[in-house]
Amino acid sequence: MLNVIVCVKAVPDPKEADRIRIDPISRTLTRGNVPLVLNPLDRNAIEAALRLKEQERAQVGVVSMAPPGAARIVKECLALGADRGLLLSDRAFGGADAYATAYTLAKGIEKFGLPDVIFCGMASSDGSTEWVGPMLATFLGMPVVTLVTEIVESSGRQWQVKAAVENGYRLVQVNLPAVLTVTRQLNVPRALGFSGIVKARNKEIHEWDIEKLGLQQERVGLKGSPTIVSKMMTRKKKRQIEFISGTRKEKVERLIQELLDAGVL
Amino acid sequence: MIDFTFTEEQEMFRQAAREFAETAIAAQIPRMEETASVNKAVVRGLGEAEMMALTIPREYGGLGLGYTARLIALEEVGRVSVATAMMLQVFALGIEPIILFGSEEQKKKYLPGLATGERLATVAVTEPGGGSDPACSRTAYFRDGDAYVINGRKCFITNAHIADTITVLAKDGQSDDPRAFSTFIVEKDMAGFRPTHEEHKVGMCGCNTGELTFENCRVPLENMLGPEGKGMRVAMSAIGMVGRGGMVGCALGLHTACLEASLKYASERILYGKPISKLQTIQNKLAGMKIDLEAGRLLGYRATAMQDQGQQASNEFAVAKYFTTEAAQKAAKTAIDIHGGYGCMQEFAVSRYYRDAAVLGPSAGTSDIMKIIVANWILRPYRK
Repeated sequence: MLNVIVCVKAVPDPKEADRIRIDPISRTLTRGNVPLVLNPLDRNAIEAALRLKEQERAQVGVVSMAPPGAARIVKECLALGADRGLLLSDRAFGGADAYATAYTLAKGIEKFGLPDVIFCGMASSDGSTEWVGPMLATFLGMPVVTLVTEIVESSGRQWQVKAAVENGYRLVQVNLPAVLTVTRQLNVPRALGFSGIVKARNKEIHEWDIEKLGLQQERVGLKGSPTIVSKMMTRKKKRQIEFISGTRKEKVERLIQELLDAGVL
Repeated sequence: MIDFTFTEEQEMFRQAAREFAETAIAAQIPRMEETASVNKAVVRGLGEAEMMALTIPREYGGLGLGYTARLIALEEVGRVSVATAMMLQVFALGIEPIILFGSEEQKKKYLPGLATGERLATVAVTEPGGGSDPACSRTAYFRDGDAYVINGRKCFITNAHIADTITVLAKDGQSDDPRAFSTFIVEKDMAGFRPTHEEHKVGMCGCNTGELTFENCRVPLENMLGPEGKGMRVAMSAIGMVGRGGMVGCALGLHTACLEASLKYASERILYGKPISKLQTIQNKLAGMKIDLEAGRLLGYRATAMQDQGQQASNEFAVAKYFTTEAAQKAAKTAIDIHGGYGCMQEFAVSRYYRDAAVLGPSAGTSDIMKIIVANWILRPYRK
């Protein structure tokens, strides 16, 4: 029986992305009252784990670092079918960048029980760094395969997976334990169901703070984050309209040239 | 203080229902509108999403989640497709009499299949002579050896052509007592039963409505539902709470859809150099829609909270049914007004909402009948 962990993140609902603002002073996201939802790619990660569970080959745990209010996200994962949940929550964890997040997750996972496989969404819809998975693997001393699009072979301790590269894929053999970051091509996540929600009533979510993890303040949250956002700017999009004149032949030739210059053709 | 918040679990029910409606139902709406026929994929999806199992007790294959969960689900389905919500609400209306009055054998026989959606249900009370006055029903039964024989016609029956299990109200043809009604579980394959005329409604396309004919339809003795002679109680107890409550869910869903479409359009439509949402006259309309929606939700969820606690709430449901269906019809008209000429175009969903809204009023009792029920309720202490 494989011990599988899925790392999940609560993100502002991407459907309401137009309501999210960036504070020009603190250079952080101002979520306002945009509701938090499960990061869309994390649903693919959970689906991958649940498919192993359905083959009676895995027990699935979910780990998230989030404010206490985001416990609902972990509960949602339990309702989808995960067996146990861990919420790492403490004021000191606030403002963490990818590095501090990966460190805290790694420490939580070490204490929760080192797994055979860790699935992460390839990226979060808000930060979109794609760093947490690889950094987590580094902290745990595990190999990592990013951008996984297909699990080709998973019967033994040596898995074979397809991972996306530009205009193709890599076929990668990886020894367990390992971290895999997944893309939406990997699977179609299942829908949240009523009976799953009812079953989640009896599943436990552990909530651990900095003290329980035994971590130093300097290693977590904003203090433990080496990332410095030095400058931010709003990208302005401007539509340019040009009317092409001339004979039909001239217009077609000019249009083809413009498209070639723009790299479209 | 009264706690008006939904539980975390109820919020997840809403999320599950919304995800289902937006992914499985929304894509089928153009086809439902075009064909005005029941969409099999939608019905199958409702079963797979456990929508029919919500109120069925767990020991019979259901989820036993109660009526607040059902209202949440109906509201979310209705927000996307009120035709589907109507279909779903009437499935429950056909199921409820079996839950409330069925024998152990009847429950074991019918409820598990109804919970999965393998069997579909409806209830048949209304007749050409009038739905608001079920006591005037002319469909009659008599006993003939090992069976009851039913003759008559029912009309305006939602799910008429797709239901496998039909709860039918019929009068004892051999009794002079005008209240001698009984209720029967009729299966679609029983000899003498057939769905006949299919209605073409102005709205709720994709939700089947039609007539049922009973010509010497033989029903086994064990298919009588509840005690003989108490059929009116059996049928009306389901309609009073589950029927009216279901219409509240349809109305709240449609009302929400009208408001959301109007907010979006008013924020995007530029007139006089600014979005029309900046105009006070439009703000007035939007605020009115929101106020009615909030009031309707409070009425509806209060009634389901009472029902979940085992209290009698048919009068509270009459208030909620009246208010929410009237408010939804008003909201649909307001949404059309906000959209101006575009509101009359089929490309805009509000034109569908307007047609759908027209069907809300008469279903499960007209607004005038709801007022009579409310009047009877409040005048009862003053009767001599």
